[in-house]
Amino acid sequence: MSLFLIVALLLIGVLVPIYTERFGRKINTFATMLAPGIAFAYIISLIDNIFAGEHIIEYLQWIPSVGLTLSLHLDGLALMFALLILGIGLLVIFYANYYLSDKEDAGRFYAYLILFMTAMLSIVLSNNVLQMWMAWEVTSISSFLLISFWGHKSESRKGARMALTVTGAGGLALLAGLLLIGDIVGSYELSVILGSGETIINHALYPVVLTLVLLGAFTKSAQFPFHFWLPHAMAAPTPVSAYLHSATMVKAGIFLMARFYPVLAGTEMWFLIVTTAGLMTLLLGAYVALFKHDLKGLLAYSTISHLGLITLLLGLDTRLAAVAALFHIMNHAVFKASLFMAAGIIDHESGSRDMRKLNGLWQFMPYTATLAMVAAASMAGVPLFNGFLSKEMFLAETLHQHAFGFLSWMIPVLATLAGVFSVAYSLRFIHDVFFNGEPVDLPKTPHEPPRFMKLPIEVLVVICILVGLFPVMMIGDFLAVASKAVLRTTDLPYYSLSIWHGFNLPLMMSGIAILGGIIVYAYRSKLYRFQSQFMQTDAKLIFEGVVQTVISRLSQAHERFDTGSLQRYVAAMLVFTIALIGLPLFEFDVGFEPVNMQDVSGIEISLGVIMCLSAIATMIFHRQRLVALIAISVVGLVLSIAFARFSAPDLALTQLAVEVATVILLMLALFFLPKKTASESAPSRVVRDLGIAAAFGGLVATINYIFITQPLASISEFYLANSKTGGGGTNAVNVILVDFRGLDTLGEILVLGIAALGIFKMLARIRLAMPSSDEKGRPWSTDRYPPIVSMVSQALLPLALLVSFYIFLRGHNMPGGGFIAGLITAVAMIQQYIAHGVEWIKPRVKVDYQNLIGLGVLIAAFTGVASWGFGYPFMTTWFDYFDIPFIGEIELASALVFDLGVYLTVVGATLMILAHLGKLSTPERPKVEA
Amino acid sequence: MLNIAVIFVGVILCIALILNLIRLFLGPNTADRILALDTMYINSIALILVYGMHSETPLYFEAALLIAMLGFVSSVAFSKYLLRGDIIE
Repeated sequence: MSLFLIVALLLIGVLVPIYTERFGRKINTFATMLAPGIAFAYIISLIDNIFAGEHIIEYLQWIPSVGLTLSLHLDGLALMFALLILGIGLLVIFYANYYLSDKEDAGRFYAYLILFMTAMLSIVLSNNVLQMWMAWEVTSISSFLLISFWGHKSESRKGARMALTVTGAGGLALLAGLLLIGDIVGSYELSVILGSGETIINHALYPVVLTLVLLGAFTKSAQFPFHFWLPHAMAAPTPVSAYLHSATMVKAGIFLMARFYPVLAGTEMWFLIVTTAGLMTLLLGAYVALFKHDLKGLLAYSTISHLGLITLLLGLDTRLAAVAALFHIMNHAVFKASLFMAAGIIDHESGSRDMRKLNGLWQFMPYTATLAMVAAASMAGVPLFNGFLSKEMFLAETLHQHAFGFLSWMIPVLATLAGVFSVAYSLRFIHDVFFNGEPVDLPKTPHEPPRFMKLPIEVLVVICILVGLFPVMMIGDFLAVASKAVLRTTDLPYYSLSIWHGFNLPLMMSGIAILGGIIVYAYRSKLYRFQSQFMQTDAKLIFEGVVQTVISRLSQAHERFDTGSLQRYVAAMLVFTIALIGLPLFEFDVGFEPVNMQDVSGIEISLGVIMCLSAIATMIFHRQRLVALIAISVVGLVLSIAFARFSAPDLALTQLAVEVATVILLMLALFFLPKKTASESAPSRVVRDLGIAAAFGGLVATINYIFITQPLASISEFYLANSKTGGGGTNAVNVILVDFRGLDTLGEILVLGIAALGIFKMLARIRLAMPSSDEKGRPWSTDRYPPIVSMVSQALLPLALLVSFYIFLRGHNMPGGGFIAGLITAVAMIQQYIAHGVEWIKPRVKVDYQNLIGLGVLIAAFTGVASWGFGYPFMTTWFDYFDIPFIGEIELASALVFDLGVYLTVVGATLMILAHLGKLSTPERPKVEA
Repeated sequence: MLNIAVIFVGVILCIALILNLIRLFLGPNTADRILALDTMYINSIALILVYGMHSETPLYFEAALLIAMLGFVSSVAFSKYLLRGDIIE
């Protein structure tokens, strides 16, 4: 098996719960546990390799041409996290089996949970930082889904939104940071990056990189000042809180800091930022936790505080501090997950989480109470439990550092103070809930939970005790390999995991913390009274307020640009283009060579004059829309004659077909415009618009002139020389379209199809008022379909189809091709719509234009794919000559099939747009008087 | 001889096109303008065919064919617009 299989297995595991839900809750749960179970067993089987100092790295080619490789690795740090993620994940799934009520959608819940597990595991296993970032974002999203699992509750939705916003924003900062790192190091492979710490630290952009990466880490790990989302994430079901928001996801930020410890840590800036943030978070979390009446609220702030503790340890400038940080990551995950599960049981079996109501539960659930007490003692740092050991290491490390210069003595003092509060809130968790009198009007009578609901807690609590009693045996090796990975060394600094170090300062600090905690708890009512003088601030309200303000500001700014005025859009676009194209022209002066002009005849000059005059007339008549349309048709007509004259017959054909389709389209749109003439523009506007238009026209003319006069090496020669030999066609234009640049054409017809579908969708809901008379107020004629037009049009259709077929077939060698043929067919069909109406066409043409577009794109794509079947690259064309009796030699080319795809797409898209615009005006529409 | 005739016809067609254009600008009715455009299509067909004869190639005849067909469609569409406003009912 390989690491990739693990991730793939878990991804498949996301679907398992959805499909096994129908077999009942039990089977569902066990089926869900299958994939993580196998993954867990596999990782366990690798433990020996890692302990032996191995560093497993696996690669999978993804897009080798742009240097993207998927790579996974497993080292000591990844091993530690992988076991935490999978192990606690399994327990949480098992626990959720009992926690979720029968009515709840457990399949969906498990699917989200496994999705999260996959993402989280991918973070720790990724050897490529971009890949790691992807997984990072998926954890944010799956966390959002899990917090909002009870979507009917407003607080769930708001909490989920807040968590997603904060962690998502941090994720973007992280992406920027990782891209910078990749740029500095020249690789996104973690194994390379971790070896180039010197390069990064000495780089000028190091402060930026550090800030961005730490932003990502702090938001994810709820460090001050981004800690506020975590308490609101407690709106999630308790298994989620136990898993994501205490044991794993919030540790992702810590993991990130540990992962990049070898390359980013060790500088003044790192110590200062990380230590300060950690210390603030540690104190704030511990202090606020004491005042939370909600069980989960208390645990949430306690989690924040412990995350701060770990961050602080990573910020301290001793190598042992990093070891202590890793140790505490494991311990915290174990005891906090069990505490959350205990809180979930209490909530589940008594109906409340309010510690003012929950009292004296010892008599109802002594067994759960015992488990919770052990876990809470571990959290408080009581000797003989695992929490005590890492806390001792932490306190010892606070004594040996100098990050704050002469003020460094503050760190151990403040750490002890945080310890005092930590003991106090742990005590409150136990004493308030299980003792302290009788319960106060609980919704139901508390009782012990089902037997196996306690199993996950038992497992975790046993680990707490075993680690507390036999630390070296239990986790000595794990800690050692993880520390080696973080510190990137093979010989670790000396540390002792024994429980007893003699009477020393850290032990004294622990003692002070425990005594102080008891005293603080005893006098808590005074503290509550003091605290109640402060205004209660709800982060949710503030956050929502900020979000609303930002949204309204941005939409104001947006409205300033997006005014709905077409004139303004066009003006902005043209001015921008002028700036973009015009500015480089200033620096580009090679002098104009005198060129040999072609002889110009009187006919050409007069046609040119006609075109110019029509263009000007279009502008003069622009307030009489139909006349302007007629005038611009003349421009199109003369243009196509010009194309024919100057040896571009393909363009001439295309121009003609497009011209008619466009005119019809404009007429369809014009019909719905208000009939009244728009008011005259102000003189200043006329000048402005004239200026922009003149500048743009001048620019285009200049560019044309440059192209005509400069001797340019053109690619045309290549196409002309190779179109017959390489593509089998003598019409180079068509061969370019369907062969040389076939991929472009495929993309273009795809875009055309998408545009047509978009227009279809936009028109589907539109309701337009239909004018009942023309501009002069004359009513419309009652003769809807004049018979002469109908008859002639009907006769025209077969002829037009024949022409279209002819143009299509000969396209490869002579002017023509699928695009022009498609337009001709479409226009011929539109003619039938005009002459007979939609109602007449409907029963006669039973073609769904959407399907036509889809079919066209599929045929074109299939022709491209088919060349794979013959062992050639995508879009290789094939042609050969055949001798058919009576007809003679003909050429068959695979490009013709491709062209068929183009043809179908063009027909479908054009008809879809025009016919649907036409359908807007059914008689049921409201009418307005002109 | 044919060459001279061809050039002569080309010049005549050009004059016709210019006259059409004048009618198109002057109007006075929209129907006049549509008719002027339609006549321009026909004159263009002739011009292209004459040009094809002049340069002795049939390459441009498809363009003439298309103008004949599509010009008709466009004239019908304009007329339908005058008649009903809504060209596809």
